[in-house]
Amino acid sequence: MSLRVSELRVVYRTLKGDVHALDGVTFGLADGEILGLVGESGCGKSTLGKSLIRMDGRMRHLGGTAVLDDEELPIGDDRRMNEFRFKRVSLIPQYAMSALNPTRRIRKLVAELLRSRGVALDAAELESRMAQVGLPPDVLGRYPIELSGGMRQRVVMVISTLLDPSLLIADEVTSALDVSTQKAVVRALLGFRDRGYVKSMIFITHDLALTHHLADTIMVMYAGRLVEKAPADVIVQAPRHPYTRLLLDALPEVGVRHADRRLTGIPGSPPQLLDPPAGCRFRARCPVADDRCAEDPPVTALASDHHVACWKA
Amino acid sequence: MRRYFFRKLLVYGLTFFVAVTVNWMIPRFMPGDPVAGMVARANVTQPQAVAAMRAYYTELFGFDRPLWQQYVNFWGAMLRGDFGLSIWLFPTPVSTVIGNAVPYTLALVVPSVLLSWVVGNWFGAYAARRRALDNTVLPVGYILTATPYMWLAVLLAWGLGVVAGWFPVAGGYSFALQPTWSATFLLNLVHHWTLPFLSLFLVALGGWAIGMRNMIIYELESDYANYLSALGAPARLIRRYAFRNAVLPQITGLALQLGVIVAGALVTEIVFAYPGLGSLILKAIQNQDFFLLQGTFLFIVLGVLIANFIIDIVYVVVDPRTRAGMAGANA
Repeated sequence: MSLRVSELRVVYRTLKGDVHALDGVTFGLADGEILGLVGESGCGKSTLGKSLIRMDGRMRHLGGTAVLDDEELPIGDDRRMNEFRFKRVSLIPQYAMSALNPTRRIRKLVAELLRSRGVALDAAELESRMAQVGLPPDVLGRYPIELSGGMRQRVVMVISTLLDPSLLIADEVTSALDVSTQKAVVRALLGFRDRGYVKSMIFITHDLALTHHLADTIMVMYAGRLVEKAPADVIVQAPRHPYTRLLLDALPEVGVRHADRRLTGIPGSPPQLLDPPAGCRFRARCPVADDRCAEDPPVTALASDHHVACWKA
Repeated sequence: MRRYFFRKLLVYGLTFFVAVTVNWMIPRFMPGDPVAGMVARANVTQPQAVAAMRAYYTELFGFDRPLWQQYVNFWGAMLRGDFGLSIWLFPTPVSTVIGNAVPYTLALVVPSVLLSWVVGNWFGAYAARRRALDNTVLPVGYILTATPYMWLAVLLAWGLGVVAGWFPVAGGYSFALQPTWSATFLLNLVHHWTLPFLSLFLVALGGWAIGMRNMIIYELESDYANYLSALGAPARLIRRYAFRNAVLPQITGLALQLGVIVAGALVTEIVFAYPGLGSLILKAIQNQDFFLLQGTFLFIVLGVLIANFIIDIVYVVVDPRTRAGMAGANA
């Protein structure tokens, strides 16, 4: 098991009180596994990604652990966490297109970053990895502003995986890209895994269809909690949680004229996490909810690799 | 690259032409008659003598020619380095009068501009990451920037000059001394220079510190800074990048400030009766001295243009984005 997260609880400090963005999330990630993390905005998926590498100033670690390769990550300790960053856990951020210092040439930027982490730059390796994502070597001599958005993102992908981290967190990396570029990014990420540059990966997105192509396992989150986790095909073909089903129903299908069949959404909106309601958090929007749902549904294993948090599953 | 500088030079040339023309126009359209003033100063009562003097001066300064000819002659003379004779200090050539004043103004403006810029940037960057310093530097900075030059100058002159008696409050050097290269004279020069310098330096300092502090905070919250810290880069590296990028708008600010600073120096020189270009302008206006006024303005215009051109070059060197923009313009 590459990564083992148990009962992770993280809050955002606000003037009104703590916002429980991650409320007891437990899951595992095997060596070589790509986990697709899906959910709507504010469900806690990005918070989970950030917690595993660098919490921002407003976040607090309330409880729970994350164990990477039999070593516990000091999640709440920014200073001790530094040793793990980049070398063991790495990140392709949501803002990859603006993640490079505009006034440094790529080669110098990479060299300075590596030197600051006490690693020597292997120029040949860097160039070969650039080539693998389709970037010519002369890109290294350019400034970030001279590259297109897609090229910049690929540069960031190469930099983030340069030290062969055990865990790579890809946070919404395809959100701002057109479909053909999305495909190229997905292919590059698969290549990183297959060549062993990264051992395992968490791919955070709201795009269920795209995740299906990339991920081995899909984990659906809702309001700071795990809803359902199963192999990608199972999630797409035989989902058990009503939220997962509604999420899939909300996807447009190829070949369906939406003039004939209107696209359905999920009515309502997620609960406020400042003071989350008791019981199942999806209760208010759930079509099959009843009195029992006032009690917290535990995460139960339907099969060895299929976990659901629902009384009705 | 060459095209960029060619275009820049063209713009500067055009600016120079317009500035010189306006410069020539202003004194001529000012109310008052300088020749009448000179004649009056001579205290002659005989009407014939007055008429003769008036004719002599008018001919000497070329006021009897049509305006367009005066304008053309002005350009011709200027290109030969001849700025005419000063009316106020008749018959000293304007170039000599200005030549005597320029070192004082340069010694005042150049160090105060550059030092306040460097110290202000350094101070602001430092304040951006020390809360205690931030809470003290910032209010003081706001007060300093909001202070008018002359008011601070008067305050300094009164506090450190009149009350404390540490510094002289007027002049470029003591009247008891003759300008020589002796240590006594140089020390005296520095002593007289300190207060005007301080007033210019302090007012500018606050603005630079505030600007730099805000820019650094903005840069430290930018995406690239976040990415670097997520990859565990030390704060030292991130701060270095932030400083480098935050300085760029400050360089633009410096270029914009130059014109204002010249005006500030003018007022400060008048307050301290410092023998630079500022005092010269005042005297020239009071004495209807066209030629001196033209010469001084010309010098200031030249100074601002040259300084801006230098900053243009510096900007191209330090910011790769301007170079990329130039490549785009060429393509």
